[in-house]
Amino acid sequence: MMIKFENINKSFGKSEVLQNISLNLEMGQSVAILGPNGSGKTTLIKSLLGMVIPDSGQILFDGKNIKNEFAYRSEIGYMPQIGNYPPNLKIAQLIDMMKDIRKGKKEGIIIDEEIIELFKLKKMYQKPLGTLSGGTKQKVSAALAFLFDPKVLILDEPTAGLDPLASELLKSKILEEKRKGKLIIITSHIMADLEELSTHVVYMQEGKLKIFKELEDLRLEYGEERLGKIIALLMKNNFSKIIA
Amino acid sequence: MKKTIKYVVYDIIRNRFVIGYTLLLLLLSVSFFWFEADPNKGLLSLLNIILMVIPLVSVIFSTIHFYNSYEFIELLSAQPMSRRTIYFSQFLGLCFSLGMAFLIGVGLPTLIFDGSMRGLTLVLGGLLITLTLVAIAFLASVITKDKAKAIGVALAVWFYLCILYDGMVLMVLVNMADYPMEKASLVFSALNPMDLARILVLMQLDVSALMGITGAVFQNFFSSTWGVFISFVLLLLWVITPVFFGYRIFSKKDL
Amino acid sequence: MKTLFIFFLLILSQSAFCKNWSVKTVPELQKALLESKANDTILVAKGNYKVLNLEITKPLVMIGQNQPVLDAQYKGEIFIVKSGDVSISGFKFINVGETSMIDWAGVKILESENVKIFKNEFINCYFGVYLSASNKCLIENNRIIGTPKEEQTTGNGIHAWKCDSINIFNNYVEGHRDGIYFEFVTNSLITNNLSTKNIRYGLHFMFSHYDTYTHNIFKKNGAGVAVMYTKHVTMKDNFFDSNWGGSAYGILLKDISDSDIEHNLFNSNTVGVYMEGCSRLKMQDNVFQKNGVGLRIQANCDENNIHHNNFMANTFDIATNGSVTFNYLNDNYWDKYEGYDLDHDGKGDILYRPVSLFSTLIERMPQAMILLRSFTATLLDKIEKIIPSLTPENLKDDSPSMKPNAIKAFNFKV
Repeated sequence: MMIKFENINKSFGKSEVLQNISLNLEMGQSVAILGPNGSGKTTLIKSLLGMVIPDSGQILFDGKNIKNEFAYRSEIGYMPQIGNYPPNLKIAQLIDMMKDIRKGKKEGIIIDEEIIELFKLKKMYQKPLGTLSGGTKQKVSAALAFLFDPKVLILDEPTAGLDPLASELLKSKILEEKRKGKLIIITSHIMADLEELSTHVVYMQEGKLKIFKELEDLRLEYGEERLGKIIALLMKNNFSKIIA
Repeated sequence: MKKTIKYVVYDIIRNRFVIGYTLLLLLLSVSFFWFEADPNKGLLSLLNIILMVIPLVSVIFSTIHFYNSYEFIELLSAQPMSRRTIYFSQFLGLCFSLGMAFLIGVGLPTLIFDGSMRGLTLVLGGLLITLTLVAIAFLASVITKDKAKAIGVALAVWFYLCILYDGMVLMVLVNMADYPMEKASLVFSALNPMDLARILVLMQLDVSALMGITGAVFQNFFSSTWGVFISFVLLLLWVITPVFFGYRIFSKKDL
Repeated sequence: MKTLFIFFLLILSQSAFCKNWSVKTVPELQKALLESKANDTILVAKGNYKVLNLEITKPLVMIGQNQPVLDAQYKGEIFIVKSGDVSISGFKFINVGETSMIDWAGVKILESENVKIFKNEFINCYFGVYLSASNKCLIENNRIIGTPKEEQTTGNGIHAWKCDSINIFNNYVEGHRDGIYFEFVTNSLITNNLSTKNIRYGLHFMFSHYDTYTHNIFKKNGAGVAVMYTKHVTMKDNFFDSNWGGSAYGILLKDISDSDIEHNLFNSNTVGVYMEGCSRLKMQDNVFQKNGVGLRIQANCDENNIHHNNFMANTFDIATNGSVTFNYLNDNYWDKYEGYDLDHDGKGDILYRPVSLFSTLIERMPQAMILLRSFTATLLDKIEKIIPSLTPENLKDDSPSMKPNAIKAFNFKV
């Protein structure tokens, strides 16, 4: 199974947010999507999720165009950057609702409540979502993303707002899923996390895909161990040498 | 979809504002009927509420709700769920919640104190007005980019429908007094859901006055059940049309 | 009861040496009418009689036993009474034809006195009972039901022309042009009648002075009731209900003077009372409710005294076409009045102007009716209340009642 972006273009008004993006992602990869603010990272993710509809080009999920489709999303777990939920719903109800949505969408659904256990969410099940702190909301988001044992995980700033312990727990969970051969797509501003979690790097700038390489290759190329440094070099070098 | 609606409704009906709105309506309705010896006057006071307050609350609350649910809508759209299900579960959830608020706040006391045809018409008209403004709010929300703009549009729509429009109709009628404006004036009222609801109620409360307007078109319209039927159908169209256009836009909207 | 009554009549006629004629066929009836003497009694047995233009030229008591049917087969009329002291009761008159030349009727009374028509039925008669230049007649307990057609081809239920001292009691009239029609009829009494579904007026009344009508119900007539060109008429305890239409009124009063309109109920009419050219009327203790316009006073009315009435749930309480002067409104209850009563005398401390700006507007632009009860209309009325400019200055109630006036309960027999 793989995800294929083919010549994706998207503009919001005058600004071209995605310009001719083509990209193949495969199972077993853990892809860090990097780039300055406004480079199109979020739009890329959103277009994969069907939230943003590309102006041209197509996205193939397991060989099928996702346009006007929604069933493919039963294979995706998504953890949004900001988890704002209906304030008067309780955590338990939100989880039940997600289960309701997923039920019948896929054969043999597996419920993975490991995150719920790790974050000890069950004892807060009866709390309305509106009363939760930002960190707890993040935990709920994470729990939802992993809940259905999806083949593809899309994690938008997963560790932002989590306390160090929770952050570590989440990361180990991500690594575990990675070992199972899932496709993981992460955006983050915390380079150390990405270094730990990812096998591949997508670098975007001004709506263009500048780099898509294995992390190891980049390390060799730049003679740098640290992803942070590599990125800094990337930004400085203006890419002229690197693009083949 | 049904299950999603359930959760949307569950969220909204525990909203403090909606609870307050229901209680306020209940208080107003009961006091109108309690303190007016004549249920007719109670109905008229309620008519004013239905024509001014209920549209305002419905349109503003729906717009705010839509934008407050924006991240949630995003999350839902990352689930294996069609845009249609997302949109209509939000819409129907809101319709159900505000509809219930209206039915408890206004419907129940009205039917208790004046369970006649006119009371029923008033309640039905008010319910349709609520739904219309929820639909309009959704349309306003999907065509705008941010909450402030959407609230602005919603307020403008309310002001136009509830205040400006009739004034404009009056101006037209005054200026065109020399022309036969019989059909035109009926068409004018069909173009505003508030007018339609109001005329539905008038046909119950003021039928003796309406029958005094000479002119075959009026006579036919007001004296037959056709008039009532047509008004209801048009009001329903006022719900369906914006919600349908809203859906068309939402299904292609970038979240 | 009936047999007792007949028995009593028998004794009476025996004692007065009057003869009883029992008839069972048309020839017998015709013979009896010809050969009977004054004050004889003709008893008509139950049956179907095809008859035409039977003249009664002497005082007779005509009694239908078990309601014999007299059928004119649309070829003419039935009884023509040309003598005083005739009594006709217990018959069913049907199928009186319609012509443009003569007003054919079930019973026609011409220049006679003391004629009594009671307990009869008139079905499909062009005119039901027709009185011409007759006095002291009694029309009581009849059911008169016509088949309404065009206004020109439908006659009146009870029609009286140039009569005096007529009593019309307890009749039911339906489906005629005018239910009860009075022209040049004086000193007469119309009581306890129900007149409904007539295509023009339930009661039509012209040049008929010193008449009184009380306890009548006029309901769902094409144009309500019209009272015209009359002085000294008394209208009391009547019920005017559901007369709807562009020119339908509870009562239309045209050129009426020195009359009393007291304790009537005007319910759900397009216009409760329409007054044109009326002077010195006294209107009091009336209830106007759920009418389109409670009371319409045209500008040529003066010296009318409108006192102690209740106006409730009307779309408009009072409407007018111009500036009305010298009409007096006092102590009425207006449910739209929003004033206060600080001195607790039961009367509002600020005066009430019952003519709304919006009703004045409708006067000029009837189409604007579709804006009724809209925000715009309410706003206009509120502004006008604060700064009166278009509504008549003089039409005002200086002492509006805070609570509905105590008006004795209405009691109508149907």
